Amino acid sequence: MRIVQYLNQFFAGLGGEARAETPPGARPGAVGPGLALQRLLGAEAEVVGTVFCGDGLVADRPDSVVPKIVGLIEAFAPDVVVAGPAFDAGRYGLGCARVCAAATARLGVPALAAMAPENVAAELHRREVLIVPTTATAIGMPAALVAMARLALRLGRGEPLGPAAVEGYLPRGRRMNAWAPASASQRALGLLLARLRHEPFTTEVELPRYDRVAPPPPIADPARMRLALVTECGLVPTGNPDRLEWVRADKWLRYGLGGIDDLARGAYEVAHGGYDAAFAVEDPDRLVPLDAVRELARRGEIGEVLDAYYVTCGNHGILGQMAIHAREIAADLRRQHVDSVLLVAT
Amino acid sequence: MAKELERAGFPTATVTSLAAVAVKVGANRIVRGNRFSHPCGRPGLPPAEERAWRIELVRVALRALATRVDGPTVFEPEGP
Repeated sequence: MRIVQYLNQFFAGLGGEARAETPPGARPGAVGPGLALQRLLGAEAEVVGTVFCGDGLVADRPDSVVPKIVGLIEAFAPDVVVAGPAFDAGRYGLGCARVCAAATARLGVPALAAMAPENVAAELHRREVLIVPTTATAIGMPAALVAMARLALRLGRGEPLGPAAVEGYLPRGRRMNAWAPASASQRALGLLLARLRHEPFTTEVELPRYDRVAPPPPIADPARMRLALVTECGLVPTGNPDRLEWVRADKWLRYGLGGIDDLARGAYEVAHGGYDAAFAVEDPDRLVPLDAVRELARRGEIGEVLDAYYVTCGNHGILGQMAIHAREIAADLRRQHVDSVLLVAT
Repeated sequence: MAKELERAGFPTATVTSLAAVAVKVGANRIVRGNRFSHPCGRPGLPPAEERAWRIELVRVALRALATRVDGPTVFEPEGP
């Protein structure tokens, strides 16, 4: 059985964030985590090749990059494609999920990714891609590789997979026919009673977790509105005086912009562990477009700009915590009589 | 972030390079930015042209704020 593994630039041993633009490439045989995967696969399967790409490129340019990656995978003539584990790295997770989806769609090869359930890519792609859940950090590498090896062998043998909870992958939202020990009404009452007794129970119909927000009505006239700048890119004054965390931030901050027309090079730095800040440090307006906003205010196209910007760091942000930041920021925006927001998300 | 700000009643234009992700998580007014590490920048351009491009990008955000939408909508800046 021939297996090809997809990795990012880091796990392929090419470098960290500075190499996030690494173009797609391939090596024969196993690399990095693939070496341990090979030991777990045993004699039945061989990691015949490793294909890699920089996280920045695969996240921002999937339409041009993913087909190239799939082409490199195809050259190894695999029976199964595995991707990751990406843990909770968002861009790496997106790369893994997109490569798996494309490999299956274009090559007809079964594919399997591994990442943390809270990885944004898992939420987005688990319906179309088989995903093995992992821990948030690489501390769970051994367990992730064991699960990947087991499922990869089953896929390669062409064995049908059972339900997610039994096989150990993230639910894909597919319904399978199965014999139940009791009727639907009996099972429903059983669930209700378990809940009332505070006993553990597993729902049979999982509800979607991303809720929808009804968009507020549009601004009637931007030339009369008061606009605020908000970002989760981690842009802070040089020296990071309030110590914004570069990962899993537990605070948000507001920094004054009074008398500032243009965010000057050298005056700001980036507290964000998720991307290469070189371009932003060179010109912070590339993150928070103050120069453009001020210019449009001068031209009368924006009524007024709040003399402050709000910042937190979205890197590996925990959804619930980010929502709390956002509600607190919203409360402050109301006190500042702001009408609308320009949000920059990285 | 965008959803909570809109839930609180503030029309919010989100500039991001990952527009497809923003659509799926349910941000409503999405402006396609350039790259992940510099959504409002185009470092390859001469400074004056980059600034002009950024002004156009913010204009797209203003258009998003002034447009009635029913759900996640991507507003595209002009040019490559």
